[in-house]
Order: sequence, then C-alpha cells, then structure tokens
Amino acid sequence: MTEPLLSVCDLKVHFPIRRGLLFDRTVGHVKAVDGVSFDLQQGQTLGLVGESGSGKSTTAHAILQLLRPTAGSVRFGGRELMNLRGEELRRARRDMQIVFQDPYASLNPRMTVGKIVAEPLQTHRIGTRPSRRASVAHLLELVGFDPAYTNRYPHEFSGGQRQRIGIARALALNPKLIICDEPVSALDVSIQAQILNLLKDLQHDLGLTYLFIAHDLAVVRAMSDTVAVMHSGKIVEQGAADAIYRNPQSSYTKALLAAVPVPDPERMNARKAERQHLRPHFAQG
Amino acid sequence: MAPLLAVKDLRTHFFTRAGVVRAVDGVDLAVEKGKTLGIVGESGCGKSVTALSIMRLLPEPPARIVSGSIHFDERELTTLSQRQLEDIRGRQIAMVFQDPMTALNPTLTIGTQLVEVLQRHLGLDKGAARRRAAELLEEVGIPRARERLDDYPHRFSGGMRQRVVIAIAVACEPRLLIADEPTTALDVTVQAQVLDLLDDLQREHRMAMILITHNMGVVAESADDVAVMYAGQIVEQAPAGELFARPEHPYTEALLAALPDLDDPRARGRRLAAIPGRPPDLLDPPQACRFAARCPYAGCADSCPVEPPILRELRPGHWVRSAHPASERQPVPA
Repeated sequence: MTEPLLSVCDLKVHFPIRRGLLFDRTVGHVKAVDGVSFDLQQGQTLGLVGESGSGKSTTAHAILQLLRPTAGSVRFGGRELMNLRGEELRRARRDMQIVFQDPYASLNPRMTVGKIVAEPLQTHRIGTRPSRRASVAHLLELVGFDPAYTNRYPHEFSGGQRQRIGIARALALNPKLIICDEPVSALDVSIQAQILNLLKDLQHDLGLTYLFIAHDLAVVRAMSDTVAVMHSGKIVEQGAADAIYRNPQSSYTKALLAAVPVPDPERMNARKAERQHLRPHFAQG
Repeated sequence: MAPLLAVKDLRTHFFTRAGVVRAVDGVDLAVEKGKTLGIVGESGCGKSVTALSIMRLLPEPPARIVSGSIHFDERELTTLSQRQLEDIRGRQIAMVFQDPMTALNPTLTIGTQLVEVLQRHLGLDKGAARRRAAELLEEVGIPRARERLDDYPHRFSGGMRQRVVIAIAVACEPRLLIADEPTTALDVTVQAQVLDLLDDLQREHRMAMILITHNMGVVAESADDVAVMYAGQIVEQAPAGELFARPEHPYTEALLAALPDLDDPRARGRRLAAIPGRPPDLLDPPQACRFAARCPYAGCADSCPVEPPILRELRPGHWVRSAHPASERQPVPA
C-alpha cells in the first residue's frame, strides 16, 4: 500500500480545567481527544461518527492545527504538521480545507459571494485580480451555483445554496484533503441529497480525499470507504464501512446503530427488539 | 366515534410587509383518542404553524387564522378567548418543544416550574404539588427525583432537560400532547430513549399525540397515522404501515428515496435520488399543484399546471393530493 495522504497517530487534545482567582491552578483535564489514530488513503473517504461531545470536531481542528494538539503526530502528504509554524504551516494548509456545518454562520454576511470564494486565493496571493475573477466563476459553476449571483450576499440564499458557496471556497486552492464537518446536518432531506451528490461527484472528478464527520450513520455509510466510531475522545471501532455496518464489534457501535429510526416498519421492529436487548449499553442522557 | 381533535380547512396566514405568507393553507386533520398522528415535512412546510395554530400560540398579528375550524373535545378552539384558552393549554392540550433549553426558564428551579403547572390547573397546595412533582420526575426517568427538584435547568443534560419538559407537559394528564420535533436537538441514542418514554407515557395515560418531525424514521417508529405536508398543505395521509409500504404521492416517494439507507451495502457507490429545485415561495404559491415544478410526473397529466389537485381517498384511510399517485400511473411503455 502507498503511503497514506493523512496519517494521525495517538492524537491528544486535553483542555486544562482551572480553578481559583488569584492563584490560578490546573485541577484536571478534559480529554476531548485522547489517543486517536487513523490513516486516510488518497482519494478515499474516512467517515468519523459519534455523538455530540465525542471529540469529532476537535479531532478535525487538531488535524488542521487550528487547535494545537497536546500530543501525537499528524502526517499530511508525508510531512509532520505538529512542528510547523507561521509561513510553513500556512503553505501546508493550502492542501487541506474544511467545510463547516452551519452555512449561516460560516459565511461572512458582509462579503459578497464572489469575495468569499476569492478570499483563499487572495490570502495565498494566487493569481491576478482578473484571473481570480475567472477562477471564482469556474468554482461556482463546479458546485452548481449560478455565477450570475457572484455579487449577491449570503443572506439572499437558502441553506443548500450557501453550503455550495462554502464548498466552492474550500475548493479554491485546489486542495488534496477536505474535512467536511457535518456538512449536511443543517439541511432538509431533499437538499441534503443534492449536497451529498455534489460531494460525491467532486471527489470522483477531482480525486479529492475526504474526512467526513457526521452524526447521521446513514449519511456516513453513503459517503465512506472506511469508518471510525468515536466515543468520549477515543475511537472505539474502525475499519471498512461495510464490515462495521454489517457486523459491528463494539457494544457502543451496536447501540448506536440500533438507535437509528428507519422508515421501514418491518426493519423497525427488529431494531426495537435489538434496543431492548442492548438497553444497559445506552448512556443515560 | 368523533375524533378527539378535528381540524377542518385550517388556513393560517402571516400578514407581513412583503405580503401575505400562506404558511398553512387548507389543512384537514383528525386525531383519535389515544392515537398518535405524525406530521412530517421539510422546514417551512407549515407543520409547526399547524401545531401552534391548534394551541393558539401564534402572535396575532402578524399571524391570523383566516378560516377553518379546530374542534377539540366538542369545543371550538378558534372562537375561545385567551382566558378560556389558558384553561385548556397545559390542562387538556400540552406541548413539548424542540429545544429543551429555551422551553425551560433558566432562572427558576425545575421544581418551581413543575409546581406552577400543578397549582394552576389542579389546585394542589404547595406540599402536595411538590410530592406530585417528584413522582412525575421519577416517572420520566430522572434519578434522585426529590433532590433534583431544586436544581436549575442548566444542571441537566439535553436529554434529561427534555425529560423535564415532558414531565411538565404530562403533569395534568392532558388528553392531547403536541410534540414539535421533540428529539431533533438530541443525540441518536438519547432520541431513542425519549421516543420510548413518550410511547410508555402515552400508553399509561391514554393520551393522544401529534408528533411533528422532519425525520421519516421517527414517525415510522412512533406514529399510528402519518400526514405528509408540503408547502402549507397535506399532500398525503395514511396509516403509518401503509404509507411507508405503499407511498402514493410523488413527493412522499421522492422524500423516501432521497434518504440514504443505513442497511444498503452499495450506498457508497451510488448517487442519491435528490429532489431537484426547492419548495415554492409561500408569498406567492403556484395556483395549481404546489409540487408540480419538482414533480417527475408533472408532464403526465394536463391538469398539473392549471388545476389544484384535491385531497382524495384512494383506499380506505389513504388520502392523496396528486393527479398521478403511484397506483394510478400508467407503466412506461418499454
């Protein structure tokens, strides 16, 4: 096997808990991410699933070094990111981009669509003004957004259209890896399918690699080659998507899968029975 | 037997500066005693406005129920005064909202919030109300119920908060519980517990329930009957088993097809069946069929762009608002 595009090893993000006003002291740590390891091959999708607070997003931010990990290693394209600083880190980030969950909060409301999509190019001083304008039009077309609306503002668009803008922005620097952090959880079912298809098409056409974070297990199955299940900062199970869905090994994964309501009365009853059986494994929430 | 709740031709419009938004535009519903009606649909389809209209909780203006009747237990709710409504809300009809953090008052202990309802509606004295409050918390599965009465909402997790909200809702043994996206803010394992809890409570208290959700799986699990809403109207209604086994409306079919399947091993290699376009603007909805612009069969009937389809009973209990439901479509010649 070739070297993976992204290799995360024993990643830890611990947040100190501080007490005291005058003499600030650390009384403990929240281990948001606690020893996460996985490899992600070029052109593949790794689905990262788990419930809120399991550490999925913190893992994503730590990989991008938006949040400095406490310990561990993040190798991307054969390069260790943990010791990179300043200009070097900025350059490395060109190849890894992120699409956020909330298309309402992740686009600057005071910038036009064109400005938003051109911003990464500008930040990295790529191209001239006219060439950037051409790139923006091309990118918007790529994500199925009418370039005629380049001068409009985000609030004029629906959630699905906004997510397309967010994806165009992520594609602007021609990255190798895109981290999709709950990219469809704020969208309605009919729009969700449009965006998932777009992500599938882009991966196929551009050879992109995805780290796909979601809490919806059906969505993750539709997108992923391999899956890692997170719980309390740790990966409790990982492997080929099909194997995990067909034959989950950890009791947590089993409980998670049994909890998903399915719109099929026949399969549903089997699930309810499974849930009764697994009851002790359900966290009290 | 007359249904507990019968809504007829309900139209709730919002009178805004931009124009009249026809959020709910001709909805008929019936909820039988002790049964659950699921209302599904995407954001903006009018499912919450329908619920809030029944409770008469919409701000008037800009909202106004422009026509229709809401008949609950032999009383007409649309003509009651606010004072009369206050005796019904919380006592006869109770509501559980989506976000348990905003539904609870953060500055009052949950004991105070439970006791308030019990005193207002059942006239219990303070001691009796407190004892009953502890029982209710226990019933909804909150450990150490008596001690937790004095805690504030922020001391509870999301799932536990929703249990508190449910305890308040069932405190006066309402005959109808309206749950508006009760599990949307919760994790999937917690969602399963809350749905099971609602199920248990409903059986014990013989409550009827309206369960509003965007999640097809949730209605399939919990509802006896399902109404699918689109652009302010009900487009299909049937018993749950029937609806999921034999969906008739092109929108229902498309919604089910657009959902990724948890059990499909080939899902990774496939594109999803997305629904093109988006729902119409309710400031100016299409005169005829509201789904026509997104409907794959709109070309099959000449009436689609000119005549609004009526809700008709295709099979006993199975209602559809479409010119070409699945069972009436001509097979495409090969």
